[in-house]
Amino acid sequence: MEEVSQLETTGEAAPSTVRLAIPARMAAATVSTEVVYDLRDVDVYYGATRALGGVSMHIHKNVITAMIGPSGCGKSTMVRTLNRMNDSVPGFHVAGEVLYHGQDIYDRIVDPVEVRRRIGMVFQRPNPFPKSIFDNIAWAPRILGLRADLQDRVESALRRAALWDEVKDRLKQSALGLSGGQQQRLCIARAIAIEPEVLLLDEPCSALDPIATAAVEDLMFELKRDYTLVIVTHNMQQAMRVADRTAFFSLDVEGDKRTGVLVEYDETAKIFSGPTDRRTEDYVTGRFG
Amino acid sequence: MAAVDPFAPLVATGNLRRRRRIDLIMRGSATAAAVVAVAILGIVIFSVAQRGASALSISFLTQDPSVGLGAAGGGIANAIIGSVLIVAVATAIALPLGVLIAIYLTEFATPRTAAPIRLALDLLNGTPTIVIGVFVFGLLVVAHGQSGLAASIALAVIMLPLMARTTQEMLLLVPHDLRDAAHALGTRRWRGIVGIVLPSALGGILTGAVLAIARAFGETAPLILCDSIFGNGTSLNVFGTAVPNIPIDIYHYSESGFPNDKARAWGAALVLIVMILAGNLAARVILARQRRRMLAR
Repeated sequence: MEEVSQLETTGEAAPSTVRLAIPARMAAATVSTEVVYDLRDVDVYYGATRALGGVSMHIHKNVITAMIGPSGCGKSTMVRTLNRMNDSVPGFHVAGEVLYHGQDIYDRIVDPVEVRRRIGMVFQRPNPFPKSIFDNIAWAPRILGLRADLQDRVESALRRAALWDEVKDRLKQSALGLSGGQQQRLCIARAIAIEPEVLLLDEPCSALDPIATAAVEDLMFELKRDYTLVIVTHNMQQAMRVADRTAFFSLDVEGDKRTGVLVEYDETAKIFSGPTDRRTEDYVTGRFG
Repeated sequence: MAAVDPFAPLVATGNLRRRRRIDLIMRGSATAAAVVAVAILGIVIFSVAQRGASALSISFLTQDPSVGLGAAGGGIANAIIGSVLIVAVATAIALPLGVLIAIYLTEFATPRTAAPIRLALDLLNGTPTIVIGVFVFGLLVVAHGQSGLAASIALAVIMLPLMARTTQEMLLLVPHDLRDAAHALGTRRWRGIVGIVLPSALGGILTGAVLAIARAFGETAPLILCDSIFGNGTSLNVFGTAVPNIPIDIYHYSESGFPNDKARAWGAALVLIVMILAGNLAARVILARQRRRMLAR
């Protein structure tokens, strides 16, 4: 990790790398069995169109779960459904149960704002607020009443996002002056500053260069200790590097109706080296994409 | 075999020459039309400046009108202050309302509810100002007499659609992912709007306000009905009495028979034009800076 950080600051070419440590980390993974999310036969509709059909899976605590699959198969929809970010989309509704620690987050009595308080999200394109670096992190805690030790909270969030050393001297400067990779880590710091339990990452590295990507991926390994991560990625190698468990989604085409389905969900090593389903095998071997 | 001899000189011949001439004519016409538009503005400003310059002086801008019909000296200071007061009250009414309407339209309305509201705003924008003046006249002036407040309310009605529309356009310029980010942090919707979206759009909202203010300074029809009977009064009590203002001054002075007054009318017109031009230019500068800041992400 130190190696990669140095490269980012000196701007040298990317190493041919470097990921020999990965299998060891992966082998030690997925010991946790505590279930954070229990999805039971979840259908997601936009109006009359069924975007996702019959998704059932468990997401475990302190584990990195990746969702992979071809474009348009509903991965982003799935992950946004997990923290009720799709509520503002017209015609959106859910059938089945999305249980977070046993509570259905789509229950009528559930407050979606409270849901998003505990389940944070990082988006594809870094989207820092047009404020200073400090205010970016401090904005939400201030509103949520976490005003005590705001300085410490911001510093802690930046440290955990591996960004503190780079920005500690310019906390009052605009966040828009940071590089893409730094902005994305700022967004991660912003999300973890309010101490969520789960962090959803929707293709967090697709707008970043390889070095920034490596920095964010290393960050995810560190974050795994304290948070549950769900990452959507269209980059299979990234899923192989980072994820403990992988869910493969694909499109079920019936006539002119295309519905996303969960094809296979297992430990990453199994998905990529010995998948059970033919469609998974076709996808991970590149026969279709 | 090529249709045209490749070794022939590369000049336009025949049909191409005719088309080139037509192209030049069209371009010339378009340029001339643009020049005419600018020229008209220039002519208006120039003729007002030429005729009004003789009346312009420091005392014109800082003194109240002298007593007595057609008397020499004095100025339109009371009218300037009165206009500022009336427009300030109108802005205090129209700005918050306009911003709130724009927030509703961009953040909360569904396409079905937004359409009639937008239509209503557009219709309001197109309503003749004399009609708005008559409306406020019937509402307030008939019962309570003329007052600066009645004029302010009429001006606020005129300013409202302009303010709402520019604010809405500015809010739409704020990238959607900023709202998503605020939302994903577990904060209430209005927090994101007030804390993130509005500050980002502030420059544009200011621009809309300045443009609306510039327009309000010159609207005369509602003032004729609601705020024109003030004589040489210098009362600036906006809520109780008719307050002197520039457009009505121009009207009165231009109707008067005295040559002094005629010069004053031109002078007042020049002051008005300069104020409105300055407002428009300021609005453009603010808007350009705002756009650059927004798009530099």
